[in-house]
Amino acid sequence: MNFWRAIAAAALLATTPALLAGEIPPDARRSGYSFMGPDTRAMQDDDTSNPGMLFVLDGEALWTKKSGSADKACADCHGDARSSMKGVAARYPAFDKALTRPVTLDQRINLCRSNHQQATPLPYESRDLLALSAFVAHQSRGAAITAGDDPQLKPFVEQGRDLFMQREGQLNLACTNCHDDNYNKRLAGAPITQGQPTGYPLYRLEWQTLGSLERRLRSCMTGVRAQAYDYGSPELVALELYLMSRARGLSVETPAVRP
Amino acid sequence: MAALINVPAKGRRGDVIEIRTLTSHIMETGFRHTADGAPVPRDIITSFTCRYNGAEIFRADLFPAIAANPYLSFFTVAKESGKFEFEWTGDNGYSSSASASITVE
Repeated sequence: MNFWRAIAAAALLATTPALLAGEIPPDARRSGYSFMGPDTRAMQDDDTSNPGMLFVLDGEALWTKKSGSADKACADCHGDARSSMKGVAARYPAFDKALTRPVTLDQRINLCRSNHQQATPLPYESRDLLALSAFVAHQSRGAAITAGDDPQLKPFVEQGRDLFMQREGQLNLACTNCHDDNYNKRLAGAPITQGQPTGYPLYRLEWQTLGSLERRLRSCMTGVRAQAYDYGSPELVALELYLMSRARGLSVETPAVRP
Repeated sequence: MAALINVPAKGRRGDVIEIRTLTSHIMETGFRHTADGAPVPRDIITSFTCRYNGAEIFRADLFPAIAANPYLSFFTVAKESGKFEFEWTGDNGYSSSASASITVE
């Protein structure tokens, strides 16, 4: 009878993911920080050993540097970032009235550059854009994430949620299959986290540099053998928005360090 | 380039103090290739020195296997108030420096 028992067990296992599929209850949400080892935590906690702080320093210099044909610096309009940018990153991606869609912090910086500084937009993942966005987001360190609260964002949060639940790629996996159903387990040697985007842009030791949430999402997509969405595409922004709304209430850690 | 230096602001004479330095650098190994097969030229920091009131107290040679944004920590004895000067030099004439002060009582 062992044979039939094995088949029954296999059938049960095969259906288990569907049974477990569901969102993480709010009090069980955990930052990726809590999945890391003590060494990586120590690296993030000490601002003089956190390499992300190098980018924050660069961003601070860029904040006051005049740019574009309007010959204006960010500081000329926004003043001291420590007060003007406090808590801003916790609300992003935010709804842009002119574009009638959500924009990420990177896109907001570039919109500011083209509309107010008359400067060329910075390419995605370029050092300057990451540095500026790290500097701005760093001002929100410790603030609770509230992105997605704006009622105008509702359809976009829904779109992001659908994408999160959508199986894709040759491995036919959805984000939810790992990050809702199987967090706390391991994929090869690495812990599977809940995928809470609390510290972006963050320093990944694997990348040896700072990277955006979009870069992280794209590498997950490549990991499941799917065609990754382009940087700044509406799908990536919607996913980013859903993830931030899913992390509602967790603290911003920018710049975080992750393995 | 940006650098982060951690030197205790104060110390007692004879104390062993830890100095931690982190600097911004891509540390391109020279072993990698672009998507179309062209080699990416090596660009690393090759040497780091620390001077304490002018006297060299620590030196390190760096190699391609060292990760980007090298972090170095080392110990010295607090002898007198003064200045620590740090210097990183590397490929393509790279040179960067930083300094930090300490008060020794």
